[in-house]
Amino acid sequence: MRNHTDTVKVIEILFLSLGSVIMLFPFIWMISTSFKIPSQIISYPPTLIPRPPTLEYYIQIFAKLRFGRFFLNSGYISTIVTTSALLTSSFVGYVFAKFNFWGKEFIFIMILSTMMIPFAVTMIPLYLIISKLGWVNSHLALIIPGLYSTFGIFLMRQFMSTIPNELREAAIVDGCNEFRTFWSIILPQCKPALAALGIFTFMWNWDSFLWPLIVLTSEEKFTLPVGLAMFSQQWWTNYGLVMAGATVTVIPILIVFFIFQRQFIQGIVLTGLKM
Amino acid sequence: MVEKAKRYRVIFSSRNMLILTAILPTVIFYIIFAYGAMIYAFYLSLHNWTLGQPIRFIGFSNYLKVLKEDPLFYKSLGNTFYYSIVVVPLGGILALLLAVGINGLGKLASVFRIIYFAPVVSSLVAISVVWRWLYQPEFGLINEILGILGGPKLMWLQDPHLAMPAVIIMAIWHGVGYTMVIFLAGLQGIPQTFYDAAVIDGANRWQLLRHITVPLLMPTIIFVLVTGVIGSFQVFTEMFVLLGSPGSGPLNSTRTIVVHLYERAFSYFQLGYASATAFILFGIILIFTIIQLRLLRIQWEY
Repeated sequence: MRNHTDTVKVIEILFLSLGSVIMLFPFIWMISTSFKIPSQIISYPPTLIPRPPTLEYYIQIFAKLRFGRFFLNSGYISTIVTTSALLTSSFVGYVFAKFNFWGKEFIFIMILSTMMIPFAVTMIPLYLIISKLGWVNSHLALIIPGLYSTFGIFLMRQFMSTIPNELREAAIVDGCNEFRTFWSIILPQCKPALAALGIFTFMWNWDSFLWPLIVLTSEEKFTLPVGLAMFSQQWWTNYGLVMAGATVTVIPILIVFFIFQRQFIQGIVLTGLKM
Repeated sequence: MVEKAKRYRVIFSSRNMLILTAILPTVIFYIIFAYGAMIYAFYLSLHNWTLGQPIRFIGFSNYLKVLKEDPLFYKSLGNTFYYSIVVVPLGGILALLLAVGINGLGKLASVFRIIYFAPVVSSLVAISVVWRWLYQPEFGLINEILGILGGPKLMWLQDPHLAMPAVIIMAIWHGVGYTMVIFLAGLQGIPQTFYDAAVIDGANRWQLLRHITVPLLMPTIIFVLVTGVIGSFQVFTEMFVLLGSPGSGPLNSTRTIVVHLYERAFSYFQLGYASATAFILFGIILIFTIIQLRLLRIQWEY
């Protein structure tokens, strides 16, 4: 009996390992291609180790192709939007969780039900609103609509309702005003939820493609995904160059993921749901 | 006087100010960027409007035109269903098997979890670029491996019959780790004693999966299905990058609804027409979500 389950386990691990190779190999191949000279890239049979390795593509994408710029754009936009979403979500979530006021249920449902609207429906009018405001090809078009996160409000409200009311009451009795209470007493209690929400908001924004593709029109404004998509269509046959671009896009997030993988995966379980 | 000052203090108390500063800007934001936008989209869908030309009210003609006179709309609807019907169940089953396999492997489990999750955190555009290279017909790795194994060279992204399967393979590779992690979380909620009891009764692994894991995981499975369908109906980026702008593919074989919509709106600037298409998509998603919730509820509330 024991032997039998052991064999099953070994076969299982074998299958999972084979799957792991399939999961990782595209990344390995991407990196490998990005260091190969052109003749090796198209040689048959394919070889894994670049011989001789070249840094030519990396020099090109940063020196000539503005990848550094795309990178900075993506980084600063994602940071602003994430910070804002964390602040607004926790603030609004707190008020919904701990206070009663006129129209509360209605407003909450009104906010929450917008999660059902597919982006495809709002993207056209949103584009027109943005162009009326003169924000086409401006990063404001990415930042302003991202100031609030519906999912974040929902998540923070759920989380805040598990914090005991006595905590707030004690602070108020001690003479703290409501804003101070929120900032110094309540917010520090929400670190796990904030971490999860922060990680995902950042990732969604870093990864966001369709909307930036619509509103950004000139190269110096591009975010990393838009820049990479445009540049890969333009330089397609220069595989090494395109793979260097992909590597630069993927690797930073992968490194962050490997360091914080526990928080990432707990975040998925906590936030449950959306991605 | 004193009365008035007191009332004044209550109205402008820090509690009320807190509520006001939280709720008022939020409501204004949602009225502009969600409800205003949606009403505007509906308004547009009732008009014949190409950007730069005069706008003209035409009632529901756009909707009728989409449904009656646009063969490409049906083509894209069919492609979207095709994608969805393969990716959601196949990805789900694969993820469930992986989760069950990984669950209980201890230290090794976390290693596998990290590996299978890596594509999920990676930028979809970058991943699509990498797979476009893997699918390259002459020098792409997949064809070179097929060649070594004695298989044919396939025109993955150029052949109308293969383009969609190529996108689907990549999409499953990209998403399976996410679903797996959701299932792993669900598995934690099933008490070990259920399995122990069944094993004593002589159940094999298949029976455990079929009679314990799947029924008890039903809420998670429903969640995965419903969100999977909602997401897959809006697939766009994969097509756009793998097949090249706008992502319609050879003979429109990968033209999905959002690809179609994107092209109408932002290549041809037919904004009224595209808005009508968007509302039809919204309707389809709503109907499918309701049907799924209904059907699956009947099955698991026995």
